[in-house]
Amino acid sequence: MPSITGVSAVDELPGPEGHGPLQGDRASTGQLGDRLFSGTARGAGLLVIALVSMIAVFLLSQALPALAKDKVSFLTSTQWDVDGTPLQFGIANMLWVTVLSSAIAMLIAVPFGVGVALFITQYAPAWLSRPAATLVDLLAAVPSIVYGLWGLQVFGPHMAGVQADLERLFGWFPLFKDAGVGAASTILTVAVVLSIMVLPIVTALSREVFAQTPSSHTDAALALGATRWEMIRTAVLPFGKQGVISASMLGLGRALGETVAVMIILSALADGTSWSWSMFNGGETFASKIANNAAEFDSPQKAGAFMAAGLVLFLLTFVVNVIARIVIERQKAFTE
Amino acid sequence: MAKRIDLKDLNVFYGAFKAVEDVTMTVEPRSVTAFIGPSGCGKSTLLRTLNRMHEVIPGGRIEGSVHLDDDDIYAANVDPVAVRRTVGMVFQRPNPFPTMSIADNVAAGLRLNGLKNKKVLAEKVEASLRSANLWNEVKDRLSKPGAGLSGGQQQRLCIARAIAVEPQVLLMDEPCSALDPISTLAIEDLVTELKSTYTILIVTHNMQQAARVSDRTAFFNLAATGKAGRLIEMDDTQKMFSNPTQRTTEDYVSGRFG
Ligand SMILES: Nc1ncnc2c1ncn2[C@@H]1O[C@H](COP(=O)(O)OP(=O)(O)O)[C@@H](O)[C@H]1O
Ligand SMILES: [Mg+2]
Repeated sequence: MPSITGVSAVDELPGPEGHGPLQGDRASTGQLGDRLFSGTARGAGLLVIALVSMIAVFLLSQALPALAKDKVSFLTSTQWDVDGTPLQFGIANMLWVTVLSSAIAMLIAVPFGVGVALFITQYAPAWLSRPAATLVDLLAAVPSIVYGLWGLQVFGPHMAGVQADLERLFGWFPLFKDAGVGAASTILTVAVVLSIMVLPIVTALSREVFAQTPSSHTDAALALGATRWEMIRTAVLPFGKQGVISASMLGLGRALGETVAVMIILSALADGTSWSWSMFNGGETFASKIANNAAEFDSPQKAGAFMAAGLVLFLLTFVVNVIARIVIERQKAFTE
Repeated sequence: MAKRIDLKDLNVFYGAFKAVEDVTMTVEPRSVTAFIGPSGCGKSTLLRTLNRMHEVIPGGRIEGSVHLDDDDIYAANVDPVAVRRTVGMVFQRPNPFPTMSIADNVAAGLRLNGLKNKKVLAEKVEASLRSANLWNEVKDRLSKPGAGLSGGQQQRLCIARAIAVEPQVLLMDEPCSALDPISTLAIEDLVTELKSTYTILIVTHNMQQAARVSDRTAFFNLAATGKAGRLIEMDDTQKMFSNPTQRTTEDYVSGRFG
């Protein structure tokens, strides 16, 4: 437990017999309600672990046979030829497009989401903060397909100017090189649309934690003569940091796995297109590639190749979450 | 450096609710004044009007005037932030910044004032911790989190943090109510020492404490719950505890109610 309230250290100390503080069923008095509750909670926990393991086992068992027959390096090859023999498939393209689009989306969504959450909880007058919060939450209610269509038809074309400017200024850098793809269908456009899609996730969770900043912390800062912004920096942000990290990871998970919107906006590249690092390129993410080709899962081999791609997406999301946990635990260690 | 405080016809409100009514009093520089009275009579509320922390609460506002020496702290052109840099505050529950080290906690106010020089910061941190009688206990772990200290040490850390910016007035709202008797004595000694530099106002529920540390005592009471608190009587502490003018004061200090 993060000791944000400066709770007594005794709560965290081991008991006389060396086991942890009163926790879980050790603290239970053995009453029926307690036992029922701890049983249900444990059951639910085990079920989740079982489900995740089963998905991993399923993906692995489907993917391994295809991977065994793969004639090129799965991780570094950009080829994707699963129709003929020999089987040749690699995920380098998808990995880059997925990571790049999600990374840019987070780069936009996190500062913006945190800013909106700060505005709603710290700056907006009472009559405005609730409607503003609802409005942002509503963004989460818009279906992916609508984001996709809006991104391609309405928003995307406006990216042409931004793209031209960026290319002119930073075109010498591979990330900003022209790749000959229409501005409405680039990785950058997808990233911006993704950032709007994850914004409500980042905002909602950040808002929750910011609003819970104990008044003792904010009072301490204000009484020292902090301005509003200084108070936010010394009290609200440190208190909310873990929450913001969790929120960002949830958002990132959403961005990495988003399918329909990406599929609609991003222009898939023809086979044999040469490699580009550019954010103005097209391509496919793991999710959009799999969805685009769902009709092709007719042989175990083909299906297996796509399963392998799905497995990497699964691992990617998993690793992101593990890193987030480690960061949060580190943070806690200092706070306590 | 310490300043005189003048309250005139002060009414304090939470929205439509009047919590404190019609307080007029003068507090001399370099003295300790104790605020006593039953819970809910507006001691904390009144204290928080003196550094304009009251208006942080939605609906919080005042009528009347508060002067530090000759300056009206509620004048239209006065920035509340500037007032709070002059009038320091220590709260009921020790509230060091949990993510900051001991040294950073003390330096927090100095940094807000724009002080960046590491050497000067370190000197001021040491001086403040010494004034707060905490230096010897923490000098070997300045970079450890302040939340790892005992309650009494945390409270002295908060005092060090408040005096680091060299305020002119120090407000303390029941600073010992969460502490054990030994830590309480340490804080009381500290208050007596700090009195030579600051004007100190201390809210306390502990009559012995008021008698021990304060020069003057102000007794507040309220006619009934839901009514506004009023200043009943203010006088030299010795007189308040031996021979007060008002009957209710005598009843309160002798423990007959409250
Ligand atoms: N944040 C607040 N909002 C509304 N009323 C409050 C608030 N804080 C205190 N009050 C009311 O103001 C009165 C005085 O409270 P307080 O100053 O805390 O008393 P004391 O410190 O003497 O115990 C009480 O009636 C209390 O209910
Ligand atoms: Mg109080």
